[in-house]
Amino acid sequence: MPSPFLLASIQRLQGTAERRRILDNWKDNRSVFWILAGPGTFWLLVFFILPLGFLFIMSFSDKAVINGEVSITDYDYLTGITNYIRSVDTLYLTIIWKSIWVSALATVLCLVTAYPIAFGICFAPERWKPILLLLVVLPFWINLLIRTYALIAVFRSQGYVNLALGTLGLGPYDLLYNNFAVIFGLVYVYMPFMVLPLYATIERLDRSFLEASLDLGASQFTTFMKVTVPLTMPGIITGVILVFIPCLGSFLTPDLLGGANAIMIGNVIERQFKAANDWPFGAALSFMLMYATFAALMLRAFLAKRSAGVDV
Amino acid sequence: MADQMKPGSGPLDYGNRLWLKVLFGLIYFMLYVPIITLVAFSFNTDKRGIVWRGFTLDNYVKAWNNSALIEAMTNSLMIALIATIISTVIGAMVALMLWRFRFPFKGAYEAFMGLPIVIPEICMGVALLLFFNETGMMGAIVAMPWPLNLANIIIAHVAFCFPFVAIVVRSRLVGFNRQLEEASKDLGASEWQTFWKVIVPFMMPGLVAGALLAFTLSLDDFVITFFTSGPETVTFPVKVYSLVRRGVSPEINAASTVLIVITVVATILAMKLQAPEKSGKG
Repeated sequence: MPSPFLLASIQRLQGTAERRRILDNWKDNRSVFWILAGPGTFWLLVFFILPLGFLFIMSFSDKAVINGEVSITDYDYLTGITNYIRSVDTLYLTIIWKSIWVSALATVLCLVTAYPIAFGICFAPERWKPILLLLVVLPFWINLLIRTYALIAVFRSQGYVNLALGTLGLGPYDLLYNNFAVIFGLVYVYMPFMVLPLYATIERLDRSFLEASLDLGASQFTTFMKVTVPLTMPGIITGVILVFIPCLGSFLTPDLLGGANAIMIGNVIERQFKAANDWPFGAALSFMLMYATFAALMLRAFLAKRSAGVDV
Repeated sequence: MADQMKPGSGPLDYGNRLWLKVLFGLIYFMLYVPIITLVAFSFNTDKRGIVWRGFTLDNYVKAWNNSALIEAMTNSLMIALIATIISTVIGAMVALMLWRFRFPFKGAYEAFMGLPIVIPEICMGVALLLFFNETGMMGAIVAMPWPLNLANIIIAHVAFCFPFVAIVVRSRLVGFNRQLEEASKDLGASEWQTFWKVIVPFMMPGLVAGALLAFTLSLDDFVITFFTSGPETVTFPVKVYSLVRRGVSPEINAASTVLIVITVVATILAMKLQAPEKSGKG
């Protein structure tokens, strides 16, 4: 069953592997089935779906007006779509659109830097592979906030980049609190997400295909574009998804590196739930963000289906 | 590619290509310079942390004596520990269920399990904030003694950690040869014995990897914790966030370095523990 919104590639690859063997029918062993399925299903229904339901209702609600005053804590539920009408205001649409292109650009830059890395690791001498892979993954184990903070120290006006440029007689440049800083930060933070799935597919790649292509006279570049890239497409798609989605919904990176100049949709949502205390509007914006995420996933599914030779 | 093949290097010996090595060096340099400078400047005597003025451990002493920072760290570790245990158990069960059974709407169920992974963190965070507030759970949990007052954060962390565990464990299970299970049963083992003596040992690398992933996801999480934590509860990332907003200080560098060392050492240890298991099972 093709479903547009899921961490599809990994799961579908698993699904294909499972289709090759015969699975037990759940009816044959109901008690085991329910014991295994129960806790996870319960947890997700109560602590994930139900909260989203609350959020959905809130997005159609308004702050209650009691005795002519707007209440801080009480709401009139299901009053209408005023919050959504507000969210398609030009101001907010611009921010949503900007979040999408910033994320897309960061994802492309991630792919462009991660592919050679993953490729290089796969073709590195055997004894180097684990250490090279570990070095890519290691930053992923380091707290996101700490990595972002480390970037601030590097990029601020008295940071090392500007000090280095200063010795060359350049700068200082404003490297922080703009779109450049946000995009760089996103690439920096999410690159391991891109390297890992790419590494996994390139490692599985049957190298005799590459040899055949080169033997038959194709150049290295043609071989790469016509053989390597299509064969590693599942990894590329997984990586793109794994990077694009957290980018689109990112809050911390634009908050710390972008400041007031590079706001993304996540920052606007945070403001509604914290400083502005307008939860119904924040809820509506959250759903706009989720719809944008799903739209991106559907676009990806559509593209994957269209591109020939991609077996996902 | 424009580069020429060097004599003695085959067409597939990309590892020997100079351009790839240079690119490699550059990207690794970019990845590590910020972190290395962060660690280095935690030992710096200069208060503003711009130039190197000399080696000191004062920042660590200050961070250690900062009770708020220590409290935040203890909270974070406690949350990560409990959330990891719960999500590893739940995630492994879901993985076993998906691996073993076919049932109607399985594709839809898999999509449902994938939802916490694809939904933007901030949406999940605000949804849980709303849920805890509207149900009155927030007030009830916050009033409880430590560590029960962390329950709301733990609940939230489990909700986004266990689907990851399920994926990791399941991909391990896919490689399982079910004939081993049949052999075990033929030799007289019960279903329960087969599970503990055959399937669990096979799953172990996946379980360790899944648990580690859950642990770091939980320890790393800022956004969801930022929204779901009560007004009084502070975790390490939330504390660091409030400090960072006030500016760069060597004390944050010191505290960050400690956290980096903890996670990196734990990761490497776990990888070492996992390694013989892997080679043994092929």
